[in-house]
Amino acid sequence: MAIATGVGGGATAITDAKRRYKAGVLKYRQMGYWEPDYVPKATDTVCLFRITPQEGVDPIEAAAAVAGESSTATWTVVWTDRLTACDNYRAKAFKVEAVPNSPGQFFAWVAYDIILFEEGSIANMTASLIGNVFSFKPLKAARLEDIQIPAAYVKTFKGPPTGLIVERERLDKFGRPLLGATTKPKLGLSARNYGRVIYEGLKGGLDFMKDDENINSQPFMHWRDRFLYVMDAVNKASAATGEVKGSYLNVTAATMEDMYERAEFAKELGSVVVMVDLIIGWTAIQSMSNWARRNDMILHMHRAGHGTYTRQKNHGVSFRVMAKWLRLAGVDHLHAGTAVGKLEGDPLTVQGYYNVCRDSYTRQDLPRGIFFDQDWCDIRKVMPVASGGIHAGQMHQLLDLFGDDVVLQFGGGTIGHPAGIQAGAVANRVALEAMVKARNEGHDIRIEGPELLRNAARSCGPLQQALDTWGDITFNYTPTDASDFTPTAAAAH
Amino acid sequence: MMTNPVRRITQGQFSFLPELTDAEISLQVDYGLRRGYAWSIEYTDDPHPRNTYWEMFGMPMFDLKDAAGVLMELQNCRKTFPQHYIRLMAFDSTRGVESIAMSFIVNRPAVEPGFGLIRQEAAGRTMRYTVHGYASARPEGERGGNGKS
Repeated sequence: MAIATGVGGGATAITDAKRRYKAGVLKYRQMGYWEPDYVPKATDTVCLFRITPQEGVDPIEAAAAVAGESSTATWTVVWTDRLTACDNYRAKAFKVEAVPNSPGQFFAWVAYDIILFEEGSIANMTASLIGNVFSFKPLKAARLEDIQIPAAYVKTFKGPPTGLIVERERLDKFGRPLLGATTKPKLGLSARNYGRVIYEGLKGGLDFMKDDENINSQPFMHWRDRFLYVMDAVNKASAATGEVKGSYLNVTAATMEDMYERAEFAKELGSVVVMVDLIIGWTAIQSMSNWARRNDMILHMHRAGHGTYTRQKNHGVSFRVMAKWLRLAGVDHLHAGTAVGKLEGDPLTVQGYYNVCRDSYTRQDLPRGIFFDQDWCDIRKVMPVASGGIHAGQMHQLLDLFGDDVVLQFGGGTIGHPAGIQAGAVANRVALEAMVKARNEGHDIRIEGPELLRNAARSCGPLQQALDTWGDITFNYTPTDASDFTPTAAAAH
Repeated sequence: MMTNPVRRITQGQFSFLPELTDAEISLQVDYGLRRGYAWSIEYTDDPHPRNTYWEMFGMPMFDLKDAAGVLMELQNCRKTFPQHYIRLMAFDSTRGVESIAMSFIVNRPAVEPGFGLIRQEAAGRTMRYTVHGYASARPEGERGGNGKS
């Protein structure tokens, strides 16, 4: 049977059943979790883990342990395995490679048979893949870097309830990024004051306004009050502009019953969109996705909390994996980073997340952190959202990095405008339209961008003021999570 | 007159910019043609935000590969409907898209009367909203124009 190759070497799977199932403790690689000759089947899920074994732990044994602990293994041999077709249930580590330029870290490829996962359940898949294994003592750290999900399993999910194509049709907005802003301050506004911000932003030219992640129903603003005032603002702005407008009403709450109640009220008031936070959990996300599909609602996902999984390069879950799961679980909007704003993100790596959201078929793309081809089997596409510390002066970079299918959210960059919220919205909309027009005309916006913005500002006072206020603001810090395969730097200038 | 910052209906890709010249429209059409889109011309005198189906000024120009042809059709449409809203739309037939890829307004009435908001008070402070076009109460063909009823 299998002979260890690549890193290390040594003990191999024990094929003699009597020896294999003798009571006691074996190495994981002896138990059948390491099969270097294994060729993943078309119906297998393949995971790439970045593992950091403890001192003295052989990387192949560590990889086998990851396969074991994320599938059937326990710490000792159990005879009850022999009542099952146990070889099917064992995940199989089949390749281990040292991570370039990262001593002590290894990439481990592990394949999982399709029988291991309940159809249509991210909760079940994650309970295996990021369950016990991440606390396993022989590893100092482990990170799920990427995942390839077989077509057969993809098709058990319904995916985004609306998808970015149908969203555009419903909103009647095509050929340009959508514009949004998060209402600020996040906390403390009364519902009546809150609605004022919504009205000004939408009338000024934004497509969407947004509740922040931690706006639920605190003492200063009850959720029903918020929904009522916000929807008055949305409808008034729609009449003032002749455009469909929306505001993401955050229905995140303590229980599913509360969330359903809030979502129903949003529907009753005619909202086109509701919002949930990532921290509600996979089961609640899939339930809200079903609700949104039943009620013709766009489902906005704010990835609050993802940094606890995703940020450290040696431990946790990459956001590209989170994005794949969220696309299957079924969200329409997903915050996926800005590259140029205030929050973490290397530009190529962030582009990788966007591609996962929007591709029909994702190809392996190592500089963007994508290790696997992924056939999305016509599942609808997620609209990525760029939000956090971005402003009109970066419009050329944002359009160049992300293209048309993105919601650009300028919160402070709208509401903090010296001439007011409407002026802030006008500045962003003019900058956006000018940049789209110039790109389509054949201008190289990466190079000509700043000049194009200055030109557009000549006939638009609010844009000039925005450039004067924020033109030089950048957030240039070294990203903590960049590809291992190409040197990258945060977008400057 | 509408009171939003650009004082007009802001549908489409370029409503916040100065009116596109025919030369500029032509560049946008070229961009769409390079990407394999089919251009179409639509017009209406009822630009309600949820009036999806404007009238088609002929079929989408699937086989037309030259911006000049689109511009010629646009001139015909403008001559026929000088006081209507006219938009250019580009269709992308790629699998997984199969929808509109570009859309922008290229003709407007001299005066844009805009919309009012009708509120119907319902139970528990709930409001039912209707966006109502000021011109849409008038018969078809008499809605655009120079402000005369």
